[in-house]
Amino acid sequence: MTIVLETQNLEKQFGGLRVTRDLSLKIEQGARHALIGPNGAGKTTVINQLTGVLKPNSGRILLEGQDITDLPVHKRVLRGLSRTFQINQLYPDLTPLETIGLAVSERLGHGGDWWRRMGTRSDVNGEIADLLARFHLLDVMNEQTVTLPYGKQRLLEIAVAIAAKPRVLLLDEPAAGVPESERHDILAVVGALPRDVTVLLIEHDMDLVFSFADRISVLVSGALLTEGPPEQVARDPQVKAVYLGEEAVNV
Amino acid sequence: MSASSDVGFHAQRHARWHYGEVAFWLIVLACGFAFPTRYLIMTDILRLALFAMSLDLILGYAGIVSLGHAAFFGVGAYAAGLLALHGIVNEPVLALIVAGLAAMVLGFATSFLVIRGVDLTRLMVTLGIALLLEALAERFSNITGGTDGLQGIEMQPIFGVIPFDMFGKAGFFYSLAVLFLLFLFARRVVHSPFGLSLRAIKNNPLRAAAIGIPVNRRLIAIYTLAAFYAGVAGALFTQTTAIASLDVFAFERSADLMLVLVIGGTGYLYGGLVGAVIFRMLQEVFSTITPQYWQFWIGLVLVVIVLVGRQRLHRWVLYVPNLVIRQIAGRKAVVAVPESDA
Repeated sequence: MTIVLETQNLEKQFGGLRVTRDLSLKIEQGARHALIGPNGAGKTTVINQLTGVLKPNSGRILLEGQDITDLPVHKRVLRGLSRTFQINQLYPDLTPLETIGLAVSERLGHGGDWWRRMGTRSDVNGEIADLLARFHLLDVMNEQTVTLPYGKQRLLEIAVAIAAKPRVLLLDEPAAGVPESERHDILAVVGALPRDVTVLLIEHDMDLVFSFADRISVLVSGALLTEGPPEQVARDPQVKAVYLGEEAVNV
Repeated sequence: MSASSDVGFHAQRHARWHYGEVAFWLIVLACGFAFPTRYLIMTDILRLALFAMSLDLILGYAGIVSLGHAAFFGVGAYAAGLLALHGIVNEPVLALIVAGLAAMVLGFATSFLVIRGVDLTRLMVTLGIALLLEALAERFSNITGGTDGLQGIEMQPIFGVIPFDMFGKAGFFYSLAVLFLLFLFARRVVHSPFGLSLRAIKNNPLRAAAIGIPVNRRLIAIYTLAAFYAGVAGALFTQTTAIASLDVFAFERSADLMLVLVIGGTGYLYGGLVGAVIFRMLQEVFSTITPQYWQFWIGLVLVVIVLVGRQRLHRWVLYVPNLVIRQIAGRKAVVAVPESDA
């Protein structure tokens, strides 16, 4: 199998605190890879380094074999690395139509177009319509995002990431905070992602992790504790110890 | 209607002309014929409107705050003055463009300082640049005329045909034409994907970058464009008043501009235009009533606007006109919509 996303000896420190310790991850093409770990294990810090929001102190990040460690955020997106945020990062004043339209325009290279009006390109419009339909947002496409119910905002958050047509998608707790009644929509959408999109999932919800992932990495205090297929990780006594909140495991 | 063309239709919702907008510009044009004795103040309002539209482009769309927008106004003003005084570019329209470009160069150069940092840094940097230029203009008095300003500017006829008259009639229609053309251009730009991406950056720069928007490049672009607009406003000032003095760089000019946008509202282009009209009228009214303390009343109005909320005020103001129009043209018709619903 080809490795599509890889970190080599990643290190990140905030002052004296080592939040990522010598982390080497390999994510295979088409994988449903989950990154789990207790609160404060540094999962989101890893995502922030992968996407370029944070710079690692040392180590490298490779996307499809190319070193992207020093690329700014927006260039990684154009290379096919897209993410959702644990806490929604949307545009409160914009509508779902505008939000998705913008993401599609940027990907197709029309984002800097300052003369042609929004909505006059049929290829962009077609994609927007598809995404709105797929994410159950057609009925609210003209409402301001800030007025949408939380579940819809969560769907929009994922739709925006998908609009970038990523080859690797980083999902940071996609179902976080979504009420039970709207949860099903989110899980269905995540489950229906095409197999050619590689997914790295960060999640607290173990039901979701074990039903979705075909490979799991466990992060504790910024370092990799163990990695393997779900059955193996589930049996691992070290992992059980971490999740049952017993003694901190020596790593 | 297919979903795709439906999307296209709704995406262009704001880009289509509303009746209210057409009415607005017709009224402005009509003022030019209705008040032939008030050309000077009306021209002053048009200049202020253009200047405020420039600030709206960066503040209302891209979220860049500035307390030194007069820097570009001043550069445009002096550039136009020097071009005319030394006979370098005699034709006013061409000189206007050259002056705008001069401000644009400054805007591009300083944009790199402005895009760094957050709001407070930006306020200080923009303020600093304007003060710096004011001091430079005073220091190099051999070029700028120092505290006396540029004097003896004689404007040539527009396109070599239309002379500036002493009543300011030509100046008014000239300014109106410039304002309208630049408005059309700005309107086009803000409804493009580029314009939308600015609003996205203002809303959430983190997410904007995460969908592939080159945030800094976009901010530099709009800041540079806004500098051009401000430079043109400054050049209009010199061309229609035939003077350029140090106060074109003054802090009060930048601060007044903020007030204009607070009154008119940001992010829909008309804020600067409406705000300029109201601001100058308030100034006129208050300074007639109390020549010494008019600033007190302006201050009071601002406090009320901020407390009550502009959206609510707009709805109240538009209540009667909308009621009348609905009586005549049916339930669905609207003259104008408050900015929040537009």
